[in-house]
Amino acid sequence: MPNSESPATAARSRPEGHIETPEPSTEQVTMPRLGPIGWARWGWRQLTSMRTALLLLLLLAVGAIPGSVLPQRTADPNGVIQYFKMNPVTAKVLDGFQAFDVYTSVWFSAIYLLLFVSLIGCVIPRTRHHWNALRQSPPHTPARLSRLPAYETHNVAAGEHASRSTLLAEAERLLRKSGYRVRRYDDPTTSGRSSSVSAEKGYLRETGNLIFHISLIGVLATILIGGSFQYTGQRVIVEGQAFVNTRAAYDSFSPGRLFTDGMLDPYSLTLDKFAVTYSQVGTKSMGMVTDYNATVTTARGSNKTQSTIKVNDPLSVGAETIYLLGNGYAPRITVRNAAGSVVFDDTIPFLPQDMNLTSLGVVKVPDGLPQQVGMIGFFYPTEAKQSNGQLASVHPDLVNPVLSLNVFTGDLGLDTGAPKSVYVLDTAKMTQVAGRGSPEKALRLTPGQTVQLPDGLGSVELANVKRFASFQVTHDPTQTWMFAFALLVLGGLATGLFVPRRRVWVRVTDDADDGWAIEYAGLARGDDPRLQSIVSNIAERHRIASIAATNREPQ
Amino acid sequence: MSLFPSIVSVTLIYSAMAVYAIALVAFTADLAKRAAPLAVVPSASRSTVAVGAAGSSSVDTAVRVQTEVQAHAVHPAGSSRAGRIAVALTALAWLIHLAGVVLRGISAQRVPWANMYEFSITSTLIIVGVFLLMQLRLNIRYLGTFVVGLMLVLLGVGAVGFYVDVIPLPPALQSAWLVIHVLVAMTATALFAVSFAVSALQIAQSRNVGGSRSLGATVRAKFSRLLKTVPDAETLDAMAYRIIIVGFILWTFTLMAGAIWANRAWGRYWGWDVKEVWTFIVWVIYAAYIHAKATRGWNGTRAAWLAIVGFGAVMFNFGVVNIFFKGLHSYSGL
Ligand code: HEM
Repeated sequence: MPNSESPATAARSRPEGHIETPEPSTEQVTMPRLGPIGWARWGWRQLTSMRTALLLLLLLAVGAIPGSVLPQRTADPNGVIQYFKMNPVTAKVLDGFQAFDVYTSVWFSAIYLLLFVSLIGCVIPRTRHHWNALRQSPPHTPARLSRLPAYETHNVAAGEHASRSTLLAEAERLLRKSGYRVRRYDDPTTSGRSSSVSAEKGYLRETGNLIFHISLIGVLATILIGGSFQYTGQRVIVEGQAFVNTRAAYDSFSPGRLFTDGMLDPYSLTLDKFAVTYSQVGTKSMGMVTDYNATVTTARGSNKTQSTIKVNDPLSVGAETIYLLGNGYAPRITVRNAAGSVVFDDTIPFLPQDMNLTSLGVVKVPDGLPQQVGMIGFFYPTEAKQSNGQLASVHPDLVNPVLSLNVFTGDLGLDTGAPKSVYVLDTAKMTQVAGRGSPEKALRLTPGQTVQLPDGLGSVELANVKRFASFQVTHDPTQTWMFAFALLVLGGLATGLFVPRRRVWVRVTDDADDGWAIEYAGLARGDDPRLQSIVSNIAERHRIASIAATNREPQ
Repeated sequence: MSLFPSIVSVTLIYSAMAVYAIALVAFTADLAKRAAPLAVVPSASRSTVAVGAAGSSSVDTAVRVQTEVQAHAVHPAGSSRAGRIAVALTALAWLIHLAGVVLRGISAQRVPWANMYEFSITSTLIIVGVFLLMQLRLNIRYLGTFVVGLMLVLLGVGAVGFYVDVIPLPPALQSAWLVIHVLVAMTATALFAVSFAVSALQIAQSRNVGGSRSLGATVRAKFSRLLKTVPDAETLDAMAYRIIIVGFILWTFTLMAGAIWANRAWGRYWGWDVKEVWTFIVWVIYAAYIHAKATRGWNGTRAAWLAIVGFGAVMFNFGVVNIFFKGLHSYSGL
C-alpha cells in the first residue's frame, strides 16, 4: 500500500505498526535509556499498536474456544456437575483456571479489557487527527506526480486552449462536481511556470472506520453498564394457576447490581391454557410439535388482559418481557394415610428428560404418615415398553399416560435447615420400599387410579395430569442502546471498507512552445483497482470541458 | 407437503453432483494443461506491446492498465478448451442444483434452509453461484478445481450424511429471522469459501517464489509452470481481501441478526452457547485478518493463513452446529 501522506502525518493518524507508517529505523530498535515516563510512553505505544491489537484479537478468538468445548456453569450447570463426576481430578484442575466460567473468567476478561483499552488508546488520537484533517485543505501537490501509482500526461498545443487559468479552473470545477475537496497551488519550484489543483475525497472512509471502532466500545460499555439495570427470573406455571410478580414467587431470579424489589411491577399472570399442536402428516413428522401456544391473563388491580405467548413471540408487560421457554407435565398427586384422610395433595411439575417428555419429579410427604415418605416419579405421556423391558415415552402428547413411582421411607432431611431443591430427593437416610432394587415393584398409576403404598402406609392417587409452561421474565433497558450501537457498527463498517479514499492532482505546466503539459495523477488509501481508470476518466472529462470552456470564452 | 417434488428434488441434487464431478475432471484437465511445458508465452509480449503503445491518450492508458491486470489471467492456458467446458458444465450443474433446491423449498412450503441437509444444499448452491458470478467478470477458472472440489465434498457429505425428509418447522425456527439470518450467513460462508481458495492459492504462489524443497524436481517444475498461469500473489492477496470484506460485513450482520433472534426466541441476545461462541470466533478471526492486512509484517502470506484459519472455523462451526442442534432438541422439547 502506498503511503499517501508525509511520514510525519501518517505516523500521527495511524497506530504504531500500521502499514502506512514509516518503517522503524534501526536507531529506534536499539533502545535509548528511558526514564519511567519514557517507559510508560513506550508501553502505551506498544499497547496501542496495530500488532498488539492483532495479537489481542487472536488471543480473544483462541480464549473463546475452551468455553465451547467444556460445559459452562451459566449455560449448562448440569453438564458441569456431570463433568465433575466423570473426571473429578481434571475438573478440579480446569476449575482452577476458571474453565467452567470462561466468559466471566479473569483471564478472558483481561484479554477483552486490554483489547478495549488498546482500542480506546488507538481511537482517541486518530479521532483528533481526523477531526483536524476534515478542516484542512488537501495537501500540497507532490513534486513528481509521475511517481504516483496512477499517472498520465497530455500535451496541449498553444491556441488549443485559452489559458492556464482556464485549464485549472475547469479542473477545479470538475473535481468539485465529483465530490472532491479542492485547493489550488502555485508550484514555487518551477518559478511560476506551473500551478496545480490538489483534490481529495473519501474522508468518510476514516469517519466510518472510527464510528465502527467507537461503536464497538459503545457495545461493550452497554453490556458492562447495562447489566446492572437488568433482571431476569424464571417461573413455572401450571395450567389454571397464577403467579404474582414478586421476587419470592420466582423459581430462580438473577438481579443486576442496581436491582431493588420495588422495581418489580406487581401484576399477576395466569396461565389459562397451554396448547400444543402436533403434526398430523408425514411418517417421520407425525407427532412433531408444530406450535406451542400459551394463553395468559395479566391482571393489574381490576384491569385484566388476555394475550398469547409463543416461542418466537414474547409478551411485553410494562417494562418487562415475558418469554415462553419450556413446557412439561404436572401430575396431581394425592396421598392418603391408612385411615383414608388426605395428607398430601399437590400438582407437581415434572422436569422433561427427552423429546417425548419422559419426565422426572419428586414427591415429599413429611407429615401424616407413620414414617416420612419420598417418591421419585417417572411420568410417561405415551408409555411403551421397550425391547430391553424398560418403560419409555414414545410420543409427547397424552395418549397413554403412566406414572411410575419409586417409594422411599425414612428421613427426608428437611429439618437440617439446608435449602433443598424440590426436584431432588436426598435418599441418604432413606430405605427404598418400592421400585427397582427393592422387594416391591414400582407403583404404576394411570390418571384417576389409586394404588396402595407398601407396608400399609396408605395410598396414592393420580387425580389428573396438567400441562405447565415455564416462563422467563426479563427487564432489559439496554436494548435500544444495543440496537443503536449495532446499527452504527454495521454502518461504520460498510462505510469504512467501501468508501474509497482518493487523492487526485492536476498540474498544468507551460511548455516551450507556448502550449501546456497537463499531468493527472491519483493516489488511493489501500488497494484501489479502479484508480487508474478514474484518473483517465478525469483527464478525458477535463479535456472536453476545457475545449468547451475555451469555445465559450470571447476570442 | 406433497412427496413428489421432494423426491424429484433429491434426484436433481444427485444429478447436479454427477455433473459437478465431470466439471471437476475438466477443471483438473485444465490445470494439467497449465502444468505442461509451453513453447511460447504470448501474454507477456502482449502486455509489453500494450505498455509500449501507451502514449498520451487516456484510452491507451486505460487499456494498458487493464492488460497489465489481466496479463496473468489471459494466459492461453487460461482459456483452454477444458477450462471452458468445465465452466459450462459447472453452470449446467448449478442450474440443476438450483432446481433441486427450489423444489425442496416447494415441497417443504418454506425456505429450503431449516436443517443441516437443506443448509448444505443451499449454501453449496450459493458457493458455486458466487464463483460463477465472479467468473463472469474475472477469469478465475484456475480456482475451479478447488472451489468445485470443496463444494462437492460439502454437498456430498450434506446429501448423504445429513439427509432428512421434509419435516415441519419446530416452533423455535418459526420466525422471519430464519429467512434473513440464515440466508445472509450462507452467503457470507460462500464468500469465505471462495476467499479460502484464493488465499490458499496465494500461499502456494508466494511459496513458489522461494521454491518448495519438499517436492521432487519434476513435480516442482510442473507446479511452478502451473502457478505461472495464475495471477501473482499480490493480485490474489487483493482479490481475497475484497471478497473477505464483503463476507465480513455479511457475517457481522449474521451475528447481530442472530442475537436479535435469540433475544426473541430465548429471552437473551447472547448466552455463549456453542453456536454463538463459534460465530463470534469466526468474526474475530476475520477482523484479525483485516487488521493483519494493515499491519506491517503481517500482510501477505501471514494474513492469508488467517483467512485459511477463518474458513476452518466456519467449517467447524457448521459441524458443531449439527451436533449442538441434536443436544438442544433432546433437552427441552421446545
Ligand atoms: C475490539 C477490537 C477490534 C475490532 C473487532 C476491530 C475490527 C476492525 C475492522 C473490522 C476493521 C476494518 C473496518 C474499517 O476499516 O472500517 C478495522 C480497521 C482498523 N482498525 Fe480495528 N478493530 C479492533 C481494535 C482495534 C485497535 C485496538 C486498533 C488500534 C491499534 C485498531 C485499529 C484499526 C485501524 C488503524 C484500522 C484501519 C485498517 C486499514 O487501514 O485498513 N483496531 N478494525
